[in-house]
Amino acid sequence: MHELALAESIVNTVKKAIKDRPDAKVLQVRVRIGELTDIVPDSLQFGFESLIMDTPIEGAKLEIEQVPINAKCAGCGHEFIVEEYMFICPECFSSNVNLIRGDELEIIDIEIE
Amino acid sequence: MSEKIPVEQKVLSENDKLALEIRRKLAENKIVSLNLVSSPGSGKTSLLEKTIIALGNKLNIALIAGDVQTENDANRLAKAGGKMVRPIVTGGACHLDARMVTKSLMEFDLTKIDLLFIENVGNLVCPSSYDLGEDMKVVLISTTEGDDKPLKYPGMFRRSSAMVINKIDLLGMSDFELARVKENALKINGNLKIFEVSCRSEQGLPDWFEWLDSLVKQRKTEP
Repeated sequence: MHELALAESIVNTVKKAIKDRPDAKVLQVRVRIGELTDIVPDSLQFGFESLIMDTPIEGAKLEIEQVPINAKCAGCGHEFIVEEYMFICPECFSSNVNLIRGDELEIIDIEIE
Repeated sequence: MSEKIPVEQKVLSENDKLALEIRRKLAENKIVSLNLVSSPGSGKTSLLEKTIIALGNKLNIALIAGDVQTENDANRLAKAGGKMVRPIVTGGACHLDARMVTKSLMEFDLTKIDLLFIENVGNLVCPSSYDLGEDMKVVLISTTEGDDKPLKYPGMFRRSSAMVINKIDLLGMSDFELARVKENALKINGNLKIFEVSCRSEQGLPDWFEWLDSLVKQRKTEP
């Protein structure tokens, strides 16, 4: 449900980024979303589309790049993709593992013409 | 011709900036801060009531109680003896954000606080994205819920530092199994500190109080 609030942040960032370029048409906004954020891409997409309706950036596409969870074992140093949220090293079975990717919630870039 | 404007910025960068500022202020005043998260009805307010009663004379406890509607929780905490209690009524928002907490903190004298609790809105999804500047998140789960909850809301259990299992006086009345919930939670977060309590029978609560007390002591002795 907070996807709408996140979409709003994205739209505000886009508006700020193009405020000195009134003629720019926003084609696409790229965002990076990690699996651990529990964000539903469809809901984010829907929120974004609803918010830009009847605004100067109407028609812009939201491109969502999803990032799987990657972790590194603090014991043996093995790096692995976390599947089904099992934060357990497949090499040494330690549960002392650190997240290295999968927590992202970032705007990458904005494509304009 | 199209052109790309690089942004490379967190979606919640505004929130994160405020959270950083909160964290700085709390550290400056040597305040231990816990962000309490759970489903509705797990017992966040009950746990805080018991905590105020047990530790209120010993520690200066401040509480920020978030709810979608009503100030009922804040009223309960004040009634339990909470001297510094501020409600946040989000008016529909499913989580607290750093802006709301910043505003509430302005109403406290930070030099007089040892321990700050932020009782988040009952929700295991949305609050996990919002840093409130706290030292750590504490997730509550109760024995009247499913013991697979950690698997359903892994983000929250991964981001929490401690898990309080409440209503253990009701074990056996449902299919909830203590061993299973712990196994599920530890798969996601092997470093989770676990407490088993009942706010009703007060079983297990001393361990929780002792832990809070030790966090405060540790903070005071830090350089």
